Amino acid sequence: MTDFLKIQNVRKTFPGVVALDDVSFSVAPGEIHTLLGENGAGKSTLMNVLTGLYHPDRGQISVAGEPIHFTSPRDSLACGIGMVHQHFMLVPAHSVFENILLALDNVPNFYSKKKYKEKIQKLIDEFDLDLDLDIPVWKLSIGAQQWIELIKLLMRDCQLLILDEPTAVLTPQEAERLFNVLRKLKEQGKSIIFISHKMREVMEISDRVTILKKGCSIATRTRGDFDESTLASLMIGKDKIPQWQKNLQMSDEIVLDIQNLSVRNDRGLSDLDDFNLQLKKGEILGIAGVAGNGQKALAEVLTGLKNTSQGKIMAGEEDITNSNARYSYIAGIAHIPEDRKTIGIAPDMSVDENLIMKSFKSGSFRNWIFQNKKAIRRNAEEKIEQFAIKSGPDGTPVRYLSGGNIQKVIIARELSEHPAVLVALYPTRGLDIGSAGYVHKVIADGADRGMSTILIAEDLDELLKLSDRIAVMFRGKLIGYVDPRKTTREEIGLMMSGEKGSLPDLP
Amino acid sequence: MKLVMERREISSPLLRFSAPIASIAVALFVAGFLLLASGVSPLAAYKEILIESLGSLYGLSETLVKTTPLIFAGLGVSLAFRMQIWNIGAEGQIYMGAMGATWVALFSGIQNHWVMMVAMFFAAFFCGGLWAGVAGILRARWQVNEVIVTLLMNYIAILWVDYLIYGPWKDPKGFNFPLTAQFGDAARFAEYFNTRFHSGFFLAVFCALILYLFIERTVWGYEIKVIGSNPKAARYAGMNTGMAIFFVLFLSGAIAGIAGFSEVAGLQHRLQHGISPGYGYTAIIIAWLAKRSAIGVVIVSFLMGVLLVGGDSLQLLWQLPVAFVYAFQGLILFFLLASDFFIIYRVKLVKGVING
Repeated sequence: MTDFLKIQNVRKTFPGVVALDDVSFSVAPGEIHTLLGENGAGKSTLMNVLTGLYHPDRGQISVAGEPIHFTSPRDSLACGIGMVHQHFMLVPAHSVFENILLALDNVPNFYSKKKYKEKIQKLIDEFDLDLDLDIPVWKLSIGAQQWIELIKLLMRDCQLLILDEPTAVLTPQEAERLFNVLRKLKEQGKSIIFISHKMREVMEISDRVTILKKGCSIATRTRGDFDESTLASLMIGKDKIPQWQKNLQMSDEIVLDIQNLSVRNDRGLSDLDDFNLQLKKGEILGIAGVAGNGQKALAEVLTGLKNTSQGKIMAGEEDITNSNARYSYIAGIAHIPEDRKTIGIAPDMSVDENLIMKSFKSGSFRNWIFQNKKAIRRNAEEKIEQFAIKSGPDGTPVRYLSGGNIQKVIIARELSEHPAVLVALYPTRGLDIGSAGYVHKVIADGADRGMSTILIAEDLDELLKLSDRIAVMFRGKLIGYVDPRKTTREEIGLMMSGEKGSLPDLP
Repeated sequence: MKLVMERREISSPLLRFSAPIASIAVALFVAGFLLLASGVSPLAAYKEILIESLGSLYGLSETLVKTTPLIFAGLGVSLAFRMQIWNIGAEGQIYMGAMGATWVALFSGIQNHWVMMVAMFFAAFFCGGLWAGVAGILRARWQVNEVIVTLLMNYIAILWVDYLIYGPWKDPKGFNFPLTAQFGDAARFAEYFNTRFHSGFFLAVFCALILYLFIERTVWGYEIKVIGSNPKAARYAGMNTGMAIFFVLFLSGAIAGIAGFSEVAGLQHRLQHGISPGYGYTAIIIAWLAKRSAIGVVIVSFLMGVLLVGGDSLQLLWQLPVAFVYAFQGLILFFLLASDFFIIYRVKLVKGVING
């Protein structure tokens, strides 16, 4: 059987970044093909190439044996390639029927509502989805909204369906239903590209799995030829573990003690579930885990951006769980946010002003009700020099700085108050090697001064290199701690997929 | 061939400075056609506007009289805009401010001029502030869109003042006109040069200076700017954005309310129907033209004053409708918004098909 879609040696670069280096894989009719890779491995870029948003620099894409050339998403749809995005493209106030109709081409100006409704209803019955066509979309659960997206593609007669982390937003029951639908689609001979982080799902549904790493497709495995640990180790890689001077005399004093912490998200699911963690003074505690297993919630709870539903956070003797004491303590917990541009900076304001965003009320930057411009300027000069920030002419709005320099501004600000605890979320994501190395050095220097760091990262190399201990998270729970000097990637990979570690706690 | 829009990396200061001037020039040009259509030579009309509004002591004083409420209202609106809060309700806040000041002037029985002035000032300040504060609470607590609330509350305020002057506050000796009684001398601003020019103007300029210092120099101003630039970052930095929204809308309305005080104490000496002929709406244009800067508001308000006074003379001289002035204001705002687009984007003509 010829492959429906074949991708050969695709490469796509952006100024300064190689997003896709060399990707090849193929999808046959009636196949569910999973793409597996860490964040930043190039999955989204690849999807954007497939849906015609990006044009590859090199390489060939062919559909049903014909080489093709997408110039816009319209071309890709015309070839029968459709995608269910992570964020649904629906009009909340309109009915299910209207939303589906909106996605169709060639609807005549005077169309027969009845005919279209019947056609859609037939699909709904076929896949056993209970969906009322006249109900407005905002009233539906996330799972049902996803069905609408699927029906839209089926109405357009798409042969290849791309699902970008479809289960990330679903409850386990909804996910199970989705899998049943996918299996039926497969029986009908549709091709499906399935993107997921969740190892269990990948095992359950994939016919083949292609692993992406740093923009390359490094392996494709057929069902029966893979298990969770081979996939995990392929994804993580087998390079030598880098060496780094570790902080050997670790104190036993616990600065932060998280006990049985649970956090629910907006949909009522648990981001953190009975989570426990101890942070010792002066250590760098790495948090490993596949993205979406509660790392972000952990950081948000610690820095006061999210409330807990259960459990306790103790800072030394002080309970900082949900009390106001926490807000006062926020001064002692610094935070390098994941989303640096959306919450880390005020983009229209200067570097000087951004550097004092957390300490603008403190005495050193004000005279009575006025800002002390001289002190603010002096502080900026100091930080710009200390952190080697390339800030452009004085007063340049921060948004004109490069990603690495913005990150330096944030780090300079967060560390300026000499916090006792630093929570760093993916601090080197999207940075070039030089800036990333600098960030590592700053964190390590902080540890020498007695600062404790919770380092949440997706790059295992980074964690192994920096951390004094690594805690592994899975579905909002702590699986266990490992010692980066003794562990192997395989062990961490297994723990990331939920297997209990051999070391329940480090002595 | 295809037109492509491209975001500029950094817009040059020259461009940012010249854009408002260019947009006024283009607006003048387009308005010229309107004038031609009504059989008036544009050049003669523009010359007339300048001579009438600036060419004599009387003209200049009238221009400053019109400038005064525009400065207050423009300052109020620009303060809110600074935080990306869209206060469209300066008109209503002017009416409520005027009502507060009038209430003190008519019913407090204060005899001392300065005590009276201070009392009227604060009455106007709080009436305007609380009126806008309603929108502030709704926005901060329940995310109700402040544009709708402030706009609709204009109508309530105007009709409420109408009710007072047609009903309970009507001057018994006023031959049944919809006016309150005249204020006593204690409740009037000083007037100068035998014209209608009054102390309100100095108060307005003083307010502009205070507001400038407030925004550019104080800790609160910094907070407002951070929230305006990125509310999420502000929350992340531990700022109380809800409180700030209420506070800024309150202050914005309060400053607009002072315009009402200045109008009744300096000009009308009573509360009457139509105390503001749309100053609150013109203020929106002023705040935008001034790029939300307090000093800019003073300059632009003066230009608008020129236009209003000059426009009046066009009515007298050529029987042009007052709508011409509003059309001209609209054109300026329109071209200004368009020029913003060209400051942010560069438009290029590209040959062939665009890939990726």
